[in-house]
Amino acid sequence: MDLYEYQAKDLFAAHGVPVLPGRTAETADEAAAVAAELGTAVVVKAQVKTGGRGKAGGVKLAKTPEETKERAEAILGMDIKGHTVHRVLIAAASEIAEEYYFSFLLDRSNRTFLAMCSAEGGMEIEQLAVERPDALARVPVDAIAGVDKAKAAEIVAQGKIPAAVADEAADVIVKLWETFVSEDATLVEVNPLVRDPQDKVIALDGKVTLDENAGFRHPGHADLVDQRTEDPLEAKAKAKDLNYVKLDGEVGIIGNGAGLVMSTLDVVAYAGEKHGGVKPANFLDIGGGASAEVMAAGLDVILGDPAVKSVFVNVFGGITACDAVANGIVEALKILGDAATKPLVVRLDGNNVLEGRRILDEANHPLVTQVDTMDNAADRAAELAAAGV
Amino acid sequence: MAIFLNENSRVIVQGITGGEGTKHTAKMLAAGTNIVGGVNARKAGTTVSIGGKDLTVFGTVEEAMKETGADVSVVFVPPKFAKDAVIEAIDAEIPLAVVITEGIPVHDSAYFWAHAVAKGNRTRIIGPNCPGIISPGKSNAGIIPADIAGAGPIGLVSKSGTLTYQMMYELREIGFSTAIGIGGDPVIGTTHIDALAAFEADPDTTAIVMIGEIGGDAEERAAEFIKANVTKPVVGYVAGFTAPEGKTMGHAGAIVSGSAGTAQAKKEALEAAGVKVGKTPSETADLMRELITAG
Repeated sequence: MDLYEYQAKDLFAAHGVPVLPGRTAETADEAAAVAAELGTAVVVKAQVKTGGRGKAGGVKLAKTPEETKERAEAILGMDIKGHTVHRVLIAAASEIAEEYYFSFLLDRSNRTFLAMCSAEGGMEIEQLAVERPDALARVPVDAIAGVDKAKAAEIVAQGKIPAAVADEAADVIVKLWETFVSEDATLVEVNPLVRDPQDKVIALDGKVTLDENAGFRHPGHADLVDQRTEDPLEAKAKAKDLNYVKLDGEVGIIGNGAGLVMSTLDVVAYAGEKHGGVKPANFLDIGGGASAEVMAAGLDVILGDPAVKSVFVNVFGGITACDAVANGIVEALKILGDAATKPLVVRLDGNNVLEGRRILDEANHPLVTQVDTMDNAADRAAELAAAGV
Repeated sequence: MAIFLNENSRVIVQGITGGEGTKHTAKMLAAGTNIVGGVNARKAGTTVSIGGKDLTVFGTVEEAMKETGADVSVVFVPPKFAKDAVIEAIDAEIPLAVVITEGIPVHDSAYFWAHAVAKGNRTRIIGPNCPGIISPGKSNAGIIPADIAGAGPIGLVSKSGTLTYQMMYELREIGFSTAIGIGGDPVIGTTHIDALAAFEADPDTTAIVMIGEIGGDAEERAAEFIKANVTKPVVGYVAGFTAPEGKTMGHAGAIVSGSAGTAQAKKEALEAAGVKVGKTPSETADLMRELITAG
């Protein structure tokens, strides 16, 4: 889960990382009030989970509360790369002497963590990595040893952070490591990490990604989810514990196992090329135990998507037996009743497949068509979706 | 021969008394796996009867190894306790630990991986978040259904469980030396490369199917490895061409970040290494069939 800047900074502050005072506002009047309270010049910053806010005009300086109100009015409601700005952060403006770059992240290839540090901050890191690779230090961090003051000093030295602030930067980095580990983050990025004219080192921006698998030891992390910008279908699926991702096509997909469902999306997209370009409408993995309840919940979410014109249920019975899945489909259609209106193409294979197919044949539901291979079933589902568009 | 797991493997189950542990111990036993005991510190000294076999529950992996000669552990311990369970297996120096558990925090996986490295990699870790490994007709350590396909000359390595099953099913008339699901998490123990190297060295394997998915660069690295080190024919499949950027597709590691980790890049890397890549699982199976019949 990616956090907003203000949420990242709240976590930073909780772990002793220096940040500038500020608060969020959802209206221009609120923004002016925060500025008045701070009593200094402020920066009005759009809170959206995407880069390039500055270039898009989503970050503006304001000297007075009146000016803050004007800026906030302009920024609230703005669209930045498809993200609507619902909230701005009003933060005290700082004087900046120098800008640095710093991050901790998971290094998948080396199965460890990585610190990235550069005295040349401010610009997008991808750009820095390409244009000035030598200026970006990449220092592996052992997951067990972690980052103490000595390790932080090594990172600072490799990043060529000036000697005058090296010690303070190392202190900040130790606290960022504490944030990274104790919050179960997979990314903690500060760009820019700034040096002010008094040689204080401050996290001026913050980007944090949290590991959702670690939610069991961070009950507070659930509150960081922004219900408003979450896709309503994704929110509904999450409430039912379904692994669902909304996409922009017309063929609803239900399958078991992440790999098979990803593969199903691809096969449907290929099939769609022959049927007016229809595409998969979602990713939905119902996992190993496809009970009637899970199947009904899944179908309910998918049929709630007005873009869906047909549904493809693709199950390989591994642990799950196909007869259980077939019973699940039949029961789900009973539960949904008249709410089920779109044609269902079902492909069952594997464990107990004959019994599964027999159950569906016997139920003889008018919406259900069985097709015995994944490719042919995808083709049929795409064809039905194209006809229903 | 098969790789990593064979008819001589002596298997224990960490978390044998839990729901999943009990259920799959029964299935592994039915598949002919030589299960010699289980581990659960809170139930040490008790006996469980699974599938008509009485199995002793030991307090630690070390004790279980000493008493039974176990050399493989299958881990079904829930995410909260999985890190400690794997560290215990590493400390006992069991040669193979197959971690089935899904949902382990990545900081925990990175920690136990670092621990395994610090201990000199005496324990091969498969997973986490994987279906395990099967050498058909010999042994089954994990949750791969044993009745999908029998023994044969194909070696299979995959990030995904259900795609492993699907591919085994498609090629069931030919059969497998070993099929191994390495898991869909960002940090895993055994990699595609480890499996490819072992299949290359295995006289019972004549051809290899490699299944990848979006996220990370494991497939690209495997492609480099194949180019330099693998003489046996390899057929590939990659899932996730239609996955949007920045969305996790079921597996914690299956995410396209910016331009990194796309299915297209992986396919191109594999093809550049001489690997024939199928567009769909069935086309991939056809490619393998052609290879085998061409001989």
